[in-house]
Amino acid sequence: MDVIFQTWPWYLSGFLIGMIMLCLIYFGKAFGMSSNLSTLCSMTGIGKRVSFFDFDWKLYRWNLLVVLGAMIGGFVAVHFMGDASNVDINPKTIAQLAQLGIDAPNGKLLPDTLFANEVFQSPKMVLILIVGGILIGFGTRYASGCTSGHAISGLSNLQIKSLKAVIGFFIGGLIMSHFILPLLF
Amino acid sequence: MRALKYLIVGFVFGIVLTKSEAVSWYRIYEMFQFQSFHMYGIIMVAVVTGVIGIQIIKRKNIKDIKGLPIEIQDKEPGSIRFWIGGIFFGLGWALVGSCPGPIFILLGAGFLPVILVLFGALFGTFLYGLIRDKLPH
Repeated sequence: MDVIFQTWPWYLSGFLIGMIMLCLIYFGKAFGMSSNLSTLCSMTGIGKRVSFFDFDWKLYRWNLLVVLGAMIGGFVAVHFMGDASNVDINPKTIAQLAQLGIDAPNGKLLPDTLFANEVFQSPKMVLILIVGGILIGFGTRYASGCTSGHAISGLSNLQIKSLKAVIGFFIGGLIMSHFILPLLF
Repeated sequence: MRALKYLIVGFVFGIVLTKSEAVSWYRIYEMFQFQSFHMYGIIMVAVVTGVIGIQIIKRKNIKDIKGLPIEIQDKEPGSIRFWIGGIFFGLGWALVGSCPGPIFILLGAGFLPVILVLFGALFGTFLYGLIRDKLPH
């Protein structure tokens, strides 16, 4: 039973994610999460003014169902499958985070510094979360894909374009993690 | 039933990403600091599984659930867009520790402040749609 509550090993998790992608291909669809953001924009009717969102969002309802399922899965996994031993990251990472003033996991998925409900009272944290979101939304649409669409689906289909995007993800991520985060915290 | 299969796939996806901790800000930070193999292992095994699966589909001409031939679409044209867009996304990914899938998963799990990331992501998507014609691709 322990296997349910402990952190799932990378080989099992990676295999299951690969199978999820293949499952969606078998259903005649594709694995990609960021396109749901476009679909949600299109649902507001903004397509009348911005042609990029002028498409029939109902064609992508299946992907919104995947998202809904993922939200329920997240709820179940966090509330019924967690354990205090989770998020057992490298002690060096924890020490480094302490220097930045970011709390250690102690079984939590997210640091309180960034994601406790108190952050709504901190203009700085609110701004960080919104700007992070804008970078994600803008970047994924510009690159036409995120981790699921490029790193998993695109690389699995041996797409050079996806390799470029994934290298881009890491250039951006390394710049943020090594040079910008230390300035922000 | 047609709708249910998508819900189930999503449900499994939500569980796997949460239990593998790929939704964790800490795991993303640890990955970009090269202090753990965990995230690299997940991505590599997922890609290897995908490559093998797609090769089997292509070589054996496996049909989809409706009996139609499976066509895996190539990515959209362009080159510079993948570099610049990729870098923008990477900056956001390392800052708030979630890619688009985990934004939804974490919200479902009840981490309320993630709603700010979602608002930002929707606005960022809108912004791209707005200025797309002025951007190099």
